[in-house]
Amino acid sequence: MADLTQLQTTCIQVRRDIVRMVHAVSSGHPGGSLGCTEFLVALYNEVMNHDPKKFTMDGIGEDLFFLSNGHISPVFYSVLARCGYFPVEELKTFRKINSRLQGHPTTHDNLPGVRIASGSLGQGMSVAIGAALTKKLNKDNSIVYSLHGDGELQEGQIWEAAIYAAANKVDNYIATIDYNGRQIDGNVEDVLSLGNLAAKFEAFGWQVIETEEGNNMAAVLEGFAKAKSFIGKGKPIVNIMKTEMGAGVDFMMGTHKWHGSAPNDEQLQKALDQLVGNEVDY
Amino acid sequence: MKKYTYTEKKDTRSGFGAGLQQLGQTNPNVVALCADLIGSLKMDAFKAENPDRFFQVGIAEANMIGIAAGLTIGGKIPFTGTFANFSTGRVYDQIRQSVAYSGKNVKICASHAGLTLGEDGATHQILEDIGLMKMLPHMCVINPCDYNQTKAATIAIADHHGPVYLRFGRPTVPNFTPADQKFEIGKAILLNEGTDVTILATGHLVWKAIEAGEKLAEQGISVEIINIHTIKPLDNEAILKSVAKTKCVVTAEEHQMNGGLGDSVAQLLSRNTPTPQEFVAVNDSFGESGTPDQLMTKYGLDTVNIIEAVNKVMKRK
Repeated sequence: MADLTQLQTTCIQVRRDIVRMVHAVSSGHPGGSLGCTEFLVALYNEVMNHDPKKFTMDGIGEDLFFLSNGHISPVFYSVLARCGYFPVEELKTFRKINSRLQGHPTTHDNLPGVRIASGSLGQGMSVAIGAALTKKLNKDNSIVYSLHGDGELQEGQIWEAAIYAAANKVDNYIATIDYNGRQIDGNVEDVLSLGNLAAKFEAFGWQVIETEEGNNMAAVLEGFAKAKSFIGKGKPIVNIMKTEMGAGVDFMMGTHKWHGSAPNDEQLQKALDQLVGNEVDY
Repeated sequence: MKKYTYTEKKDTRSGFGAGLQQLGQTNPNVVALCADLIGSLKMDAFKAENPDRFFQVGIAEANMIGIAAGLTIGGKIPFTGTFANFSTGRVYDQIRQSVAYSGKNVKICASHAGLTLGEDGATHQILEDIGLMKMLPHMCVINPCDYNQTKAATIAIADHHGPVYLRFGRPTVPNFTPADQKFEIGKAILLNEGTDVTILATGHLVWKAIEAGEKLAEQGISVEIINIHTIKPLDNEAILKSVAKTKCVVTAEEHQMNGGLGDSVAQLLSRNTPTPQEFVAVNDSFGESGTPDQLMTKYGLDTVNIIEAVNKVMKRK
């Protein structure tokens, strides 16, 4: 049984890391990172079978995760470090010269926990499907997970992958959509509406799960449990998870403006004042 | 001039198919993907013998490259197959991010490269693919010259860890290299020793270089001919050694002049030993419909063009 309090405390710490990391280099993407905090904290601390101390690229016998919307690297790095993939201190190097923590994640510098470069959008679903196919060939019953932005679904490759996964019954794979409704230029609805997203995935032959409260840890865990219950049932699974961009910091919510902007000194302090727990900042 | 003979003409793509079939029987980690061109790529045998290790992805090349990158995670060695145009230009960013930058062990196998695709015309005749691929850090670029060499190259790249671009074509061409050859990535093959000029040829132009060498020998010109089957990494040592002797060079390729083998050679020579060089390549142009032979003639990639280039470059010494 999950320790909700512990997971929520971790979320506060991760959110502190996110705002401090982007503030330190005056760049990066805090909005989507804050919105996906519950998802990634739950995934790495509760849901996945994995061993942070023994990272291998092949991940034989382990569940795998692919971050397709690579710009939310701050939350990814914080969660990886906080569960033991690499020293938390290394978060200080985010986006700095000679760092393994590149602006967008990469395997290039052998950062434990990262299995594919992402940043150019729309590619991670194909990669996750490939990894899921190898799991099947290897008779490895682990699960492959991926995360995608909603704006990212405007990329055509996603739908190539969606057709493939359903047609080939890639049923050891759970894709999650960070459905926050916002992208750089504004609301997804205004930039390029996705229409009825659940109906689209259903029409493509996927098992659709919807998580209404993606920033509520209990709801996120429930969503994972529901998604996992469809593993091995002949369909790829998608979890459309509603989140709030900027969640946890009041002035970053309700707008797309913090998609790719960093807080200044005063804004950082204001954000940290809202993120109080048993913090152990790097 | 050393005499080269052949008993039959065969297409290089069939060499790929045969090599892939052999890999299917010898290497359980090899998997193959195709984007609706199984017959054209000669992947039928591998598919028939290894249905579990073959993935038909449909007309969705971007997805194919991404899936291939993912398949490597867990130890598979994916070979993707489609036309050269759809293997490179169409999916450049997928190769760049998910394969090359991510350091994935994917073999991008590309048929119908260049003008010799023929009647389908310029939409399908990519002449920029060597350039696109060689610019990617750590990408290995191979363009073998005949059936036997393409088969050997296909088998060899399975043992090379890292991304590879393997380029071959549609038409039948003289199959003159040994059936039992061992393919060494990055190791140029000296086909004829000579002293007056070096011809560095790749792919379908290798046989034309041999034909040119025979005609030039009749004129009393001693031609050194080297088969550059690997454009990256380039065999710098073999090229510099030859040019030190002949003092001039002709490069020959079924590709744009910009970005091709000739560019790589010019860069090598200008940094080490500036040398007169002539380029047999397509000069800043798209192709068009026609038979392969007609196109090679019209776009200046024929035996006669190599001879002209040799005569020109020797005057520049």
